[in-house]
Amino acid sequence: MSTDLTTPAVGRTTRTRLRTEGLQVGYDDRLVVGADGGLDLDVVEGTVTAVIGPNGCGKSTLLRAMARLLAPRHGHVLLDGERIDRMPSKQVATVLGVLPQDPVAPEGLVVADLVARGRHPHQRWFRQWSPDDEVVVAEALAWTGTSEFADRPLETLSGGQRQRVWISMALAQGTDVLLLDEPTTFLDLAHQVDVLDLVERLHRERGRTVVMVLHDLNLAARYADRLVAMRDGRIACSGAPADVLTEETMREVFGLEAKVVTDPVSGTPLVLPIGRRHRERDDPDS
Amino acid sequence: MTPPLTTTARRRFRAGPVTGVWRPRAVLVAVVAAVLLVLVCAVNLGRGDFPIPVVEVIRILLGGGDSADAYIVTELRLPRTLTGVFVGAALGLSGALTQAVVRNPLASPDILGVTDGASLFAVASVVLAGGAGVSGLAVSPVGTPIAALAGGLVAAALVYALAYRKGLDGFRLLLVGIGISSAAVSLTTYLLVSANVQQAGQVLTWLRGSLASRSWENVVPAGVVVAIGLPLAIGLAFRLSALELGDESARGLGVRVDRARAGVVGVAVVLAAVATACAGPIRFVALVVPQILLRLSGGSRPPLVGSALGGALLVVAADLVARTVLGEAVPVGVVTVVVGAPYLIYLLVRRTRRRTV
Repeated sequence: MSTDLTTPAVGRTTRTRLRTEGLQVGYDDRLVVGADGGLDLDVVEGTVTAVIGPNGCGKSTLLRAMARLLAPRHGHVLLDGERIDRMPSKQVATVLGVLPQDPVAPEGLVVADLVARGRHPHQRWFRQWSPDDEVVVAEALAWTGTSEFADRPLETLSGGQRQRVWISMALAQGTDVLLLDEPTTFLDLAHQVDVLDLVERLHRERGRTVVMVLHDLNLAARYADRLVAMRDGRIACSGAPADVLTEETMREVFGLEAKVVTDPVSGTPLVLPIGRRHRERDDPDS
Repeated sequence: MTPPLTTTARRRFRAGPVTGVWRPRAVLVAVVAAVLLVLVCAVNLGRGDFPIPVVEVIRILLGGGDSADAYIVTELRLPRTLTGVFVGAALGLSGALTQAVVRNPLASPDILGVTDGASLFAVASVVLAGGAGVSGLAVSPVGTPIAALAGGLVAAALVYALAYRKGLDGFRLLLVGIGISSAAVSLTTYLLVSANVQQAGQVLTWLRGSLASRSWENVVPAGVVVAIGLPLAIGLAFRLSALELGDESARGLGVRVDRARAGVVGVAVVLAAVATACAGPIRFVALVVPQILLRLSGGSRPPLVGSALGGALLVVAADLVARTVLGEAVPVGVVTVVVGAPYLIYLLVRRTRRRTV
């Protein structure tokens, strides 16, 4: 049980922390993920994986199944080699944390109380605020720069501040593996970068293994070690950002004509969508 | 090195291995409610054909006082007031649990069908038994509460079963609850119309929620349920703190959401059903009290102990008002409806304005 925030959980290894085997997930009678024989995915320790893909491709569904928020129809999710559905949920919660898309907090809940909820898997009903909890929560707040809001109700914060608080809560949970479902939705660009910088620091300084669903391809390329591009519930391609974000995959996966250049800031691929307007303008020249 | 927690919101409370968060405001509110409760009870015990001063009542409760007065207080009047205390506490606690688990201030066991289900069965037990010629049974001190208890549990089980679809959605629970309640009210009305005048008259008093002529037989079940329910609820409250964040976050924190929610709803239903069985349907207590206490105590969900004390205070105070201002015959439930209905409208209006459900 790792609750220590101060030491990185891992060095550089190639150990698989999270794996899906023949995963098929769906709602009602429709399979959203793995309709063609199941989805296999390995998440290696200490890496940041970004799952990308067009709307409705099943990327959030995959993430939720990996976080045992959804039960698969077929196949399994393995956490450190053990079937996640056979492990006590509370035990899983000490290793794997999840930040759902658009999480809700009741009105009146103050920031410190919300972040302290992250300690839930480490607590019992008679031990709800141990000295350990207090230290970890204080550190989680300081780490995301939200200590100054500790006494304020969550609804009084801006969207960007709120998202940092939610990340503090995930941090206070002290898990090696962190699953984030579109952590940058509803944020302006500056705050998107802010949140992703935080994720990057988590990974670099704390050795956290991160899997996140992202919409912005260029930010995904910048912040992830590995991209997983999904279409129609299967993995269309995966690998280093430069291998995945090509003009060809943009066409095949997103149905988008695009030019891919090198990002002058980060050296990662930069996708420039062409769109009909510019395609028509370009046509006479070519 | 760890930075100090610069928040005053979470001071630690510690007693041996037990740790928790020290919330002075919530504790202060609970203490004030408890003191007021004792005073209102003492005033209520002193009132009657033979008035006894408050100081004398308190002396009797502490074991002293005149023996004739003591007989009047402990044997004749205490059951009524204690029934009010326990019934109110059960309703307040039940409401606090329901609202926290459904994450909606409009939720309460009243609305989840418990109260109207209990009423239907109680009325049916009187009217149908009488109608079948089993003597003029009327409101029996034993049969009616048992019927009411069964009715409350059946209605709640029905609501739960109909609202359950791969998990329990708070809003659907509320809608189904309102539907079942309405059906129960219609059937109750039908039974009343088809009953003879004498039966209907007796049942109507019960249906308004009354503490009149309570004996120790009514006190004991309510007391036992509160004595078991309160610690159970405090244990469950730990899970509530995760459930508050929505199903997905709670699952992520390792809570088995459906089981935890079923446990909380189950305790809330039993509390409300027993309370209704003991005193008839005293409406709005479970709805109003937790929301008022939430505003007084601060925080994100109604306080459990505070709501129990507040519920007891409201019911005993309403009984006192009913007896003093409106006359002995007026049931306590009438007063709580008068207080509760405007408050429900206020909540509805406020909620519609914020455009959230």
